[in-house]
Amino acid sequence: MKLVVIGNGMVGHKLLEELMAAHHTGLEITVLCEEPRVAYDRVHLSEFFTGKSADELSLAAPGFFAQPGLDLRLNARAVRIDRAIKQIVTADGEIIRYDKLVLATGSTPFVPPIPGNDRPACLVYRTIEDLQAMAEWGARSRVGVVVGGGLLGLECAKALCDMGLKAHVVEFAPRLMAVQMDDGGGRMLQRKIEELGVTVHTQKGTQAIIDGETARHRMQFADGSYLETDMIVFSAGIRPRDDLARQSELGVGERGGIRIDNFCRTRDRDVYAIGECALWGGKIFGLVAPGYDMARIVAAHLGALIKRKRSATNAPEFTGADMSTKLKLMGVDVASIGDAHGATPGSRTYQFSDERKQVYKKLVVSADGKRLLGGVLVGDATEYGTLLQMLLNGIELPAAPEFLILPSADGQAKPGLGIDALPASAQICSCNNVSKGQLCDAVSAGAMSIGALKAATKAGTSCGGCVPLATQIMKAEMKRQGLAVNNHLCEHFAYSRQELYHLVRVERIRRFDELLARHGKGLGCDICKPTIASILASCWNEFVLQKEHASLQDSNDYFLANIQKDGSYSVVPRMPGGEVTPDGLIAVGQIARKYGLYTKITGGQRVDMFGARLEQLPMIWEALIAAGFESGHAYGKSLRTVKSCVGSSWCRYGVQDAVGTAINLENRYKGLRSPHKLKFAVSGCTRECAEAQGKDVGVIATEKGWNLYVCGNGGMKPRHAELLVGDLDTPTLIAYIDRFLMFYIRTADRLQRTSVWRDNLEGGLDYLRDVIVHDTLGLAAELETEMQQVVNAYECEWKKAVNDPPTRRRFQHFVNSNAGDDNVSFVSERGQIRPATAAEKRERPRRIPITVETE
Amino acid sequence: MNDMMQGWTDICALDDIVPDTGVCALVDGEQVAVFRVGERELYAIGNFDPNAHAAVLSRGLVGSLGERTVVASPIYKQHFDLCTGECIEAPEHSVRVWSVRLGADGRVRVGPTAR
Ligand code: SRM
Ligand SMILES: Cc1cc2nc3c(=O)[nH]c(=O)nc-3n(C[C@H](O)[C@H](O)[C@H](O)COP(=O)(O)OP(=O)(O)OC[C@H]3O[C@@H](n4cnc5c(N)ncnc54)[C@H](O)[C@@H]3O)c2cc1C
Ligand code: SF4
Ligand code: FES
Repeated sequence: MKLVVIGNGMVGHKLLEELMAAHHTGLEITVLCEEPRVAYDRVHLSEFFTGKSADELSLAAPGFFAQPGLDLRLNARAVRIDRAIKQIVTADGEIIRYDKLVLATGSTPFVPPIPGNDRPACLVYRTIEDLQAMAEWGARSRVGVVVGGGLLGLECAKALCDMGLKAHVVEFAPRLMAVQMDDGGGRMLQRKIEELGVTVHTQKGTQAIIDGETARHRMQFADGSYLETDMIVFSAGIRPRDDLARQSELGVGERGGIRIDNFCRTRDRDVYAIGECALWGGKIFGLVAPGYDMARIVAAHLGALIKRKRSATNAPEFTGADMSTKLKLMGVDVASIGDAHGATPGSRTYQFSDERKQVYKKLVVSADGKRLLGGVLVGDATEYGTLLQMLLNGIELPAAPEFLILPSADGQAKPGLGIDALPASAQICSCNNVSKGQLCDAVSAGAMSIGALKAATKAGTSCGGCVPLATQIMKAEMKRQGLAVNNHLCEHFAYSRQELYHLVRVERIRRFDELLARHGKGLGCDICKPTIASILASCWNEFVLQKEHASLQDSNDYFLANIQKDGSYSVVPRMPGGEVTPDGLIAVGQIARKYGLYTKITGGQRVDMFGARLEQLPMIWEALIAAGFESGHAYGKSLRTVKSCVGSSWCRYGVQDAVGTAINLENRYKGLRSPHKLKFAVSGCTRECAEAQGKDVGVIATEKGWNLYVCGNGGMKPRHAELLVGDLDTPTLIAYIDRFLMFYIRTADRLQRTSVWRDNLEGGLDYLRDVIVHDTLGLAAELETEMQQVVNAYECEWKKAVNDPPTRRRFQHFVNSNAGDDNVSFVSERGQIRPATAAEKRERPRRIPITVETE
Repeated sequence: MNDMMQGWTDICALDDIVPDTGVCALVDGEQVAVFRVGERELYAIGNFDPNAHAAVLSRGLVGSLGERTVVASPIYKQHFDLCTGECIEAPEHSVRVWSVRLGADGRVRVGPTAR
């Protein structure tokens, strides 16, 4: 069968995924994609502004389009369908034949017919190119207006704010999100949005856009008032792209949209339409979940046709979709469920509003009070998942449904939705159509973390709204199966790292032996010893090599250097922020030359010296300390480096002192022991030359202060850091980093980088922001105090080690001889040493003598 | 005195080994890793890690795995049984074992032959 799919948007791509996963034989698919790139995640399009690249937004798995049977044409727009001869003509004049055709052409933003709407800097918000245009105009604008106060318009306004513009929303209706909100909710929402710095103008009809006096444009309103702005983004609804269907007489609705039946077929049995271009039951669905449903239905229908070669009447049918939504705007919780306006005859409503906390909630229930019909949540949408499930599964309401939305009195649990009450068929993830049953199956098959569950089922990978519920289901299922999560550190301690941390803090335990005697068994091992050494250091920051702690340290920590493959060590002096004086460099060079060390600039902006033998380490460090250097902790699970760019001191674009801040941060957190290594970077402007968004803690200068990014890393699984909070002054920046680090140290697992830790935090980044910025746990002061104690207790470990005779004595290869390790031998390469290979050792048993230069 | 006659090598005082750590001793030209577990228990095995081709076992972390007392190589973390020298993850890479004693004079001595 020769299938042609017009449009490679979110829904068209879903269809391809479904079809390819079914491994049909004899199916040849041609995909016409008008855009210059393959399908990307439009739902998360706004993240383009917070640093996601087009590649990262891509929906196509690597190699997807290389599969046989799939022919992708980028930059190829279909301009005509000749149904009689079953062929399509593209804008380039190419002719493509089909047996079956799927239209997945999506929609275009509606631009109201206002005179002047085609002036420069009048834009829309739909594609990556649109966003690029916005970014370009944004850089040359001070004020931006979004026309349309719907879901998308608000998201767009937020993007304008983030670009540093003064943002306005102009809405024709009397309230924001008019479709989903009632008056009470709309009012509360408006206040919240205005708190974000967006000015909202409701009941404003724009009559013309003309030249402005203080800005590029002036918008003239029907009521005689006006607003001046430099750019305008139209977000006033969507119009289905049905021109191909009109041209080929496939049947479109009065107000547009390609008419389809329950199998998503048009009036031509060989042509389907799916996604935002399709009209079903008189409705266009402007959300991705119904579109995905349609894609699955067409995939099943085509699959049945291919397999049985006759009509597929018992294939699944489209039955409409739930249009409940939860807004994913930062800092504003808004949700609308089912019949939000109480339009069902006889329905009753319950309302709760708290003007001080700015919370508004409404429930719409059936006349008999037994079923939930709809609801509105503004200011706090915690109950969204529960309410949605109650609605979708027709679960009987408790006797007093108002308690579902009333704040609970102290300590009293809310009437929750017992997970057990949900049928296995309950759809938990609407974006990816994952049921409770599928989640439970995945748990049985071994998915026991939210990360694994996402990977196995795709639940939670689109809008993320279902993650809390999916997590609850996972936990309940694990419990049911008797699969208590064994997060015990090792056979010696039946506790997680977090629990051990707590025990150490609360019982003020300072020694491993004490902890082992009270809470463990056996001798300990190479897992628990370094972990507990790290916990003790995070809490009390005693010298890691003092007698009681020495035997707990990994070889690297025990010798305060990184062991190399041949048993020699590398030496990394700290160069905070990557800054080093010429004299410092000369000293490093002289020391390296004296001990014959291999030198290299590391990826962390400092110098590493390799090939030191154990007995040389104290001498090398004495010389480094004399030259003013300190330990770089390259060996520890602790702060490594704070990379910096030159920032405002030298760079013509820099807006803040990146080097100075990097140095301060490095000096503040140096020596801090943590569950895994920590890396920071500070960039002096948005060009981001220090690559701060690839770090556990990334700081990027803005005109007003600093943006704080957290939980990124490079390495095996690179992860971009996410914006925690923006425009901080320096003291607040440090306070937040203190809190962030201490909270991580308290709660992370052993060897868990911040990104993995964040992925496993229930509630994700929003929760983290609540804890760090809004102090919802009331921990902020405590975390800051704990950090200050660690900072105050800092001492350079190497200074301590070289001046402590018992410690110093350990730096010796043989306890009973001054000889060195005869297994370490070097050969010369590019003018420096490197370890000899096994073959080289066999050939030339004589190693090159290490020349010790005398100054 | 007696020990010397039987070919035992005096390597250091017990106090030279931090409890629950190891040192490396040169015994008849060979590198031997000597461990002190707790206050007075002593073990000696070859110092060369056959997995990593590096003479480093004395620098590993000492601990227990079930009933066995082991050291973890600092390079790739394989465990070696301190009583038998067996490499638990890769038995073909096991190491030899030496006898080791604590004299009444508080000195640590390693026996002449590897078992
Ligand atoms: C020396 C250096 C490579 C170089 O010559 O540039 C290096 C060397 C090592 N890295 Fe690295 N990494 C070095 C920069 C990096 C960077 C780049 C950076 O920091 O900007 C990364 C990616 C960024 C990141 O970590 O997010 C990096 C990601 C890793 C990883 C993967 C971490 C992950 O979460 O996936 C490991 C493995 C681990 O830590 O478990 C690792 C582990 C190691 C170890 C410690 C492996 C080992 O146990 O022997 C290497 C020995 C270090 C030594 O001094 O002997 N190294 N390593 C760099 C030292 C930087 C410094 O000044 O301290
Ligand atoms: C900023 C933004 C935020 C959103 N947030 C959400 C959200 O939170 N939740 C939600 O459910 N939905 C959201 N949506 C809506 C969601 O993105 C759409 O419902 C979804 O993308 C529809 O998929 P589609 O494949 O039908 O259309 P599209 O993704 O638009 O894909 C259609 C594709 O077809 C191409 N095409 C059109 N005509 C032709 C032709 N003649 N020849 C070749 N190619 C053609 C187009 O170029 C386009 O690439 C959001 C949309 C935007 C813009
Ligand atoms: S990338 Fe691998 S080989 Fe290179 S330094 Fe890092 S850990 Fe070592
Ligand atoms: S509901 Fe959107 S990701 Fe699951």
